[in-house]
Amino acid sequence: MVQWSDFERATIQDIFSKIDSGVVGPAALSRCLIVYPWTQRYFGSFGNLYNADAITSNPKVAAHGKVVLAGLEKAVKNMDDIKTTYKDLSVLHSEKLHVDPDNFNLLSDCLTIVVASQMGEAFTADVQAAFQKFLAVVVASLRKQYH
Amino acid sequence: MTLLTAKDKDTVKTFWAKVSSNAEAIGSDALSRMLVVYPQTKTYFSHWKDLSPGSAPVKKHGATVMGGVADAVAKIDNLTAGLLSLSELHAFTLRVDPANFKILSHNILVVLAIMFPTDFTPEVHVSMDKFLSAVALALSEKYR
Repeated sequence: MVQWSDFERATIQDIFSKIDSGVVGPAALSRCLIVYPWTQRYFGSFGNLYNADAITSNPKVAAHGKVVLAGLEKAVKNMDDIKTTYKDLSVLHSEKLHVDPDNFNLLSDCLTIVVASQMGEAFTADVQAAFQKFLAVVVASLRKQYH
Repeated sequence: MTLLTAKDKDTVKTFWAKVSSNAEAIGSDALSRMLVVYPQTKTYFSHWKDLSPGSAPVKKHGATVMGGVADAVAKIDNLTAGLLSLSELHAFTLRVDPANFKILSHNILVVLAIMFPTDFTPEVHVSMDKFLSAVALALSEKYR
């Protein structure tokens, strides 16, 4: 089981209570599709992804960004057993969506950058460490059912 | 992955002109974050008395690193040739595992996002990420 320090636990709860989930989800996903364009391979049905402006204003990308963030919020509510919480999500990404799990790290990096720009100076090195640890646990849980 | 288009070079040069006056602060913060978030990187600095964020050696070295980045921006049209001596330094003397270049690059990008939230757009982000990857590659040239 993942051990969380009091600081880490409090920090993760704090981050997710402060960020605007309607903004962060869409911003992180669109940034991922722009910075790592090969990730667009999973979104063939989303329509116009031809350039940064198209991606940023694409309503399907925005909607899906919110779905992703809702998934993260579920992990925040179940920090002591993210692995079990994400079992079905992991199967979904592996068996149905066929997402290469290395992509989870790319989206994680974009989430870190978007949250950092939202929080500014409050995103200290210690806060960053806690956030990246949380994302690492999320990614490991999403990878768990791949075989 | 490391071919910089004309647009990338333009974007990097324009963005760098905006942020370069903060180079020392960027370097110090990025290095501080790296040492905290990726503690394994501390192994390269066992000779420093103080590895805490914003300490004197961290500040000084952050400035040194960003001086290298500034140099790379100026030599963006031929990074391999331009960073030759730095590559030899990292290859033969420092022997930093190249995986760490990616880690430091990530932290530089995080600091840029914090310090320049409106300027660090996704388009600037992708060009800067490509540029830092190209710099890392040029630094690894002499390794083997």
